[in-house]
Amino acid sequence: MTPILQVDRLTKSFGGVLAVNNCSLTISEGTITGLIGPNGAGKTTLFNLITGAEKPNAGRIRFRGRRIDGLAPHRIFHHGIIRTFQVPRELKTMTVLENLMLVPAGQRGEQIWNPLLFPGSVARQEQRNYDKAMDVLDFVELSHHRDEFASSLSGGQKKLLELARTLMCDPKLILLDEPGAGVNRVLMQKLVTKIELLREQLGVTIFIIEHDMDLVSRLCDPVIVMSEGAYLAEGTIDEVKRDERVLDAYLGGQYR
Amino acid sequence: MRAGKLITPLTLVVVTAFVILIPMERSGWVISLDRGVIPFLAAFLTTVAIFAILALALNVQWGYTGVFNFGVAAFFMVGAYTAAIFVKGPPEEGSSLRYVGGFGEALSPPILDSEQWLPFVIAALAAGAVSGLLALALSLPTLRLREDYLAITTIGVAELLRRIVIQEDGLVNGSRSLVGIPKPLSGYFSSDTERFVDLAVMAVLVMIVFLIVERGIRSPWGRVLRALKEDEVAAAASGKNVFSFKMQGFVIGAVIMGMGGAFFAFNRGAVGPTTFDHFFATFMIWAMLMVGGSGNNWGAIAGAYVVWGFWTTTLQINGYDLPDVLQSRIFYIRDFVVGSLIVIVLLLRPQGLFPEERRVSIWLDHRMRRGPRPADDATAEAET
Repeated sequence: MTPILQVDRLTKSFGGVLAVNNCSLTISEGTITGLIGPNGAGKTTLFNLITGAEKPNAGRIRFRGRRIDGLAPHRIFHHGIIRTFQVPRELKTMTVLENLMLVPAGQRGEQIWNPLLFPGSVARQEQRNYDKAMDVLDFVELSHHRDEFASSLSGGQKKLLELARTLMCDPKLILLDEPGAGVNRVLMQKLVTKIELLREQLGVTIFIIEHDMDLVSRLCDPVIVMSEGAYLAEGTIDEVKRDERVLDAYLGGQYR
Repeated sequence: MRAGKLITPLTLVVVTAFVILIPMERSGWVISLDRGVIPFLAAFLTTVAIFAILALALNVQWGYTGVFNFGVAAFFMVGAYTAAIFVKGPPEEGSSLRYVGGFGEALSPPILDSEQWLPFVIAALAAGAVSGLLALALSLPTLRLREDYLAITTIGVAELLRRIVIQEDGLVNGSRSLVGIPKPLSGYFSSDTERFVDLAVMAVLVMIVFLIVERGIRSPWGRVLRALKEDEVAAAASGKNVFSFKMQGFVIGAVIMGMGGAFFAFNRGAVGPTTFDHFFATFMIWAMLMVGGSGNNWGAIAGAYVVWGFWTTTLQINGYDLPDVLQSRIFYIRDFVVGSLIVIVLLLRPQGLFPEERRVSIWLDHRMRRGPRPADDATAEAET
């Protein structure tokens, strides 16, 4: 399979702490790859490095063969990578609808002269983005909250809003940081279905950090295990579950 | 919260009563076009309009973009002086006025009475451009910093530029003020009617600025500005170039501020460095925006009206026969009274008289509604 994302000996330290330590891994195009590991393994930092929120100290990141390490976050977005945040970063004083309508790329109305000089063309594009946003809201069952401030949503609903953001553009790689945490079972089932649908219909590659092993085993193949900032193991969920090193990492080795 | 909502009409009524009744009383209740309350109101509203433009500009920067410009005075001053040297003629030989420029005559070809209007149009545009360039130059090193650093930088720049104006005598006549700035359209009207023409022109200009700002802010462009004001990391994760949009908000606000400075210079006929100290030229405009409601363009205009209304009418109290103990202290008491009023309004109505609205896009208000509008107002009540 063709690799879509290659992380090569990536290192990131905060003060004396090596959050990501010489980490190398490859994501293949069209997969739903899981990323698991104990708390503090550097999973979220890895996501931050891939999406440009943090700059690596060393190492390379290649997306479809082109280097993206060190680029500004908005440039990485335009390469086709979108992420969600573990702790949702909804835009609190904007409505749920606006949170979604912000996302689509190439909005003509974002150039200040277009709304002033060509309102018609901006309005048509807004209409399309509005329709899309409403479909996405219907899907994540947030339509009723359309005109509320995003800050008034519950924790689980904010998670859904995060996922909804990724559906507002046409990404090639979606990074989901614990999409399942705080989402109820029924909705979780829908999430799983939709993520699979995304992959099948649009050929999107998905990279998921998740602690819920149920979700991981239903969705992810392969699963990558990180420990202490480094790549540890990779395989199907059953393979990594049986891997001695993985058990050591999770359980500290005392049960051996 | 009901009491909070009453504050808005109450404040507007009180200010309106002040600005009508005090001048009427002072002029012995005469109603006439050439003296008493009516000319006062015309001049008052003209000044309000100029400040409304400055407050609208600050609203673009702070209310919508979240750029903490605490040096409004710099852009205001640069605009005013630029406009002044564009409309004045060249400095006269042997005159005590010393300044650079003086392009007024060069800018008015002898057709269509162009000296009555053309230099003023060019001067206002130049004021906007110079102020915008200043913002552009400042934004490159500072906009990547946290917003409080930008506040410090802008305070510093405002004071620095004011010092340069004072020290560099030959630039714009130093601390003695640049006087004799011509008025637009002055050849057509008597001084009695001129006030009303000024007011009409300024009203139209405020309307134009309001419409442009409102349209920009309620477009996808304004949506990006609000997003990055809320959370720059999230905006960047949605593919928005945070630095570029911040700079746009800052520069466009500065252009409008510079033009506001130009209108101020035309209106006053003289500008001096004392006008552009932090209290008058920065704090006053911040007070207008905070009282009116940051993030709301109606609020910016209402704030200019309320704050300038209190400011002007408290000065008129000076004319009354006050006890000596108050008479000598009236200017300080005035600062105190206006400050207290701002505090009272903000305590009772922290978001300002006209709080920020929840929907940005103008195109969402009409055509795009699908299905019934959810119980919007009920939740708005619950939140406030």
